[in-house]
Amino acid sequence: MSKQQTRTIKVETLARVEGEGALYVKLKGNEVQEVKLKIYEPPRFFEAFLRGRHFSDLPDIVARICGICPIAYQMSAVHAIERALGIAIDPSVRLLRRLFYCGEWIESHTLHVYMLHAPDFLGYPDAIAMARDHQSIVQQGLRLKKAGNRIVALMGGREIHPVSVAVGGFYKAPSKSALKELVDELKWALDASLATVRWVSGFDFPDFEQDYEFVSLSHPEEYPFNEGRIVSNRGLDIDASEYEENFTEQHVQHSNALHSVLRGGDSYMVGPMARFNLNFNKLPDEARQAARDCGLHVPCRNPFRTIAVRAIELVFACHEALRVIHEYEPPLTPRAQTPARASTGQAATEAPRGLLYHRYQIDQDGLITSAKIVPPTSQNQNRIEEDLRHFVSQVATRPTEEITWKCEQAVRNYDPCISCATHFLRLHLERD
Amino acid sequence: MSSNLRRRPRIGVFKFASCDGCQLSLLDAEDELLGVAGAVDIAYFPEASSAMLKGPYDIGLVEGSITTYHDAQRIQEVRRKCKTLITIGACATAGGIQALRNWKDVDEFIRVVYATPKYINTLKLSTPIAEHVPVDFELRGCPINKHQLIELITATLARRKPNVPTYSVCMECKRKGNVCIAVAQGVSCLGPVTQAGCGALCPSFDRGCYGCYGPMESPNTASLSNQFHILGQDNAEITRAFRNFNAWAWQFRKASEESERT
Repeated sequence: MSKQQTRTIKVETLARVEGEGALYVKLKGNEVQEVKLKIYEPPRFFEAFLRGRHFSDLPDIVARICGICPIAYQMSAVHAIERALGIAIDPSVRLLRRLFYCGEWIESHTLHVYMLHAPDFLGYPDAIAMARDHQSIVQQGLRLKKAGNRIVALMGGREIHPVSVAVGGFYKAPSKSALKELVDELKWALDASLATVRWVSGFDFPDFEQDYEFVSLSHPEEYPFNEGRIVSNRGLDIDASEYEENFTEQHVQHSNALHSVLRGGDSYMVGPMARFNLNFNKLPDEARQAARDCGLHVPCRNPFRTIAVRAIELVFACHEALRVIHEYEPPLTPRAQTPARASTGQAATEAPRGLLYHRYQIDQDGLITSAKIVPPTSQNQNRIEEDLRHFVSQVATRPTEEITWKCEQAVRNYDPCISCATHFLRLHLERD
Repeated sequence: MSSNLRRRPRIGVFKFASCDGCQLSLLDAEDELLGVAGAVDIAYFPEASSAMLKGPYDIGLVEGSITTYHDAQRIQEVRRKCKTLITIGACATAGGIQALRNWKDVDEFIRVVYATPKYINTLKLSTPIAEHVPVDFELRGCPINKHQLIELITATLARRKPNVPTYSVCMECKRKGNVCIAVAQGVSCLGPVTQAGCGALCPSFDRGCYGCYGPMESPNTASLSNQFHILGQDNAEITRAFRNFNAWAWQFRKASEESERT
């Protein structure tokens, strides 16, 4: 009789994720002993060096936390400061912010669906290799991504780190006719998003479900972007100002990203699946019908299906962008006056990867005295490790190479953004 | 083995402390990406591909600044593997926004962000790549301009000088026909001392330039600081204006330290 063998599965550099991380899984026989998602992306200390900066610098600086979702950081920051200062924004500015977020969701979701996650399901190392066999699909993805980027570039000057966002509104609001020029491409993008839903729902999904606590914003009338209460499927219902009373961050040795847990220590999930499950009835008819047609039901508990949920959110974002452009009238002034006063403000918005919480304290001159930023990936980190623990035991009898690939895929379900989480990934699978 | 008679040039993309935005610029070149991928062999690009081929590489694109002992070692290894090494973006060419630590106590920073400081390994300074290894070309910007990146890759492969101007944002702004916001509206603008490349975006959006592309070739920062005083800015505001994404670039560093002292 052979002794129970210990195996280690290691992925030194997790690919197709934003930022630097590694994965380490230790198995004894077919039993999982340890799972670590290691974030070795070097810390950049945003919360520390923001102190002493003026709040008006915030949208430019926090954008640099993440090149993939800069708008999310800008949005949570400006809302937090506006709440601190007690500023109401113009309804047209509110609409423009939704449109801006649509652009980022389309760009970020398409990047993940087509270039980072689909290659896992179809067995390619990347989208470029995938393009050799599926040229028209990859071209469709690139064009869809570009449609999102066009919104961002038109409203903010460029795709990455746009320059137009200010506390109180925008430095400059687009004209109605400039936005109208996006309409034809967005109509194509809406059709392409529906085609994306059909394409990804045909993938082979591992049979894997978990009992998650889903957390997202919820708004009485809208699928959430910038506004709403923070809710969960287990009865959480709080204002952003109560976030820190309900969630805590833990610092673990193997990660440069803090792990966020619910008070009481439970993990939770933020992101597309959480939003979809908690806000399904706020989706436009077209998106709901597409979900039903492809077999997505609420609640969806299979994390591998998030690729389809992202595609549904693409349908929503294109639909919403068209709606906003149709309704838009330019604001009288693009940004509200923002007189400084000593105060504290909290806000949460829905980044492509999930809930993004910011809190700032400012003094009477408008200088920041303390800052707290909790990105979606730090909130999902514990949940990713728990998924892996359960998933690895399900596939433990498979060859190490296959386990490794599947584990990486399971991590990518969350579209982790490590650059964000570190202010976070490599896979090691160890078998005894 | 490639079936082509000439081996396609190998490109590697390497990341240090950064936001990933500059390497994303390559994926954001939606119209050119498949063309570029046809002309070169993208051999190492972990953000986009799980196929990671070992070097040597003909061109190494390096994003991010050096902030850890491990990264200071790793960049030496990257340099050895790359025939031509190009740094992309403000982090790699000037230390990035994370270089704001360079004026502060980093140990205090660790205590502010992390509950267990002993788990964190970091250097006191965030430094550009060229402070560690010889760099063949530094592409500016926070983020870089994707068209400049494509031009730079094309020029490098053709062994010609890339067309990347080193004059100021003012030149681009005038060419765009913008009315000068500093003169007409009294808005403080870093355009006169900042290298072109963005297309004078901020002034086109009714705001002052905040220096994403770093110092232009021969910036007169003292004169601009003076002008900021005339516009009513105090020394603390001027110090902050020069302390953004290229704060550690020596010309901006000198300007911020001068206004901090006075």
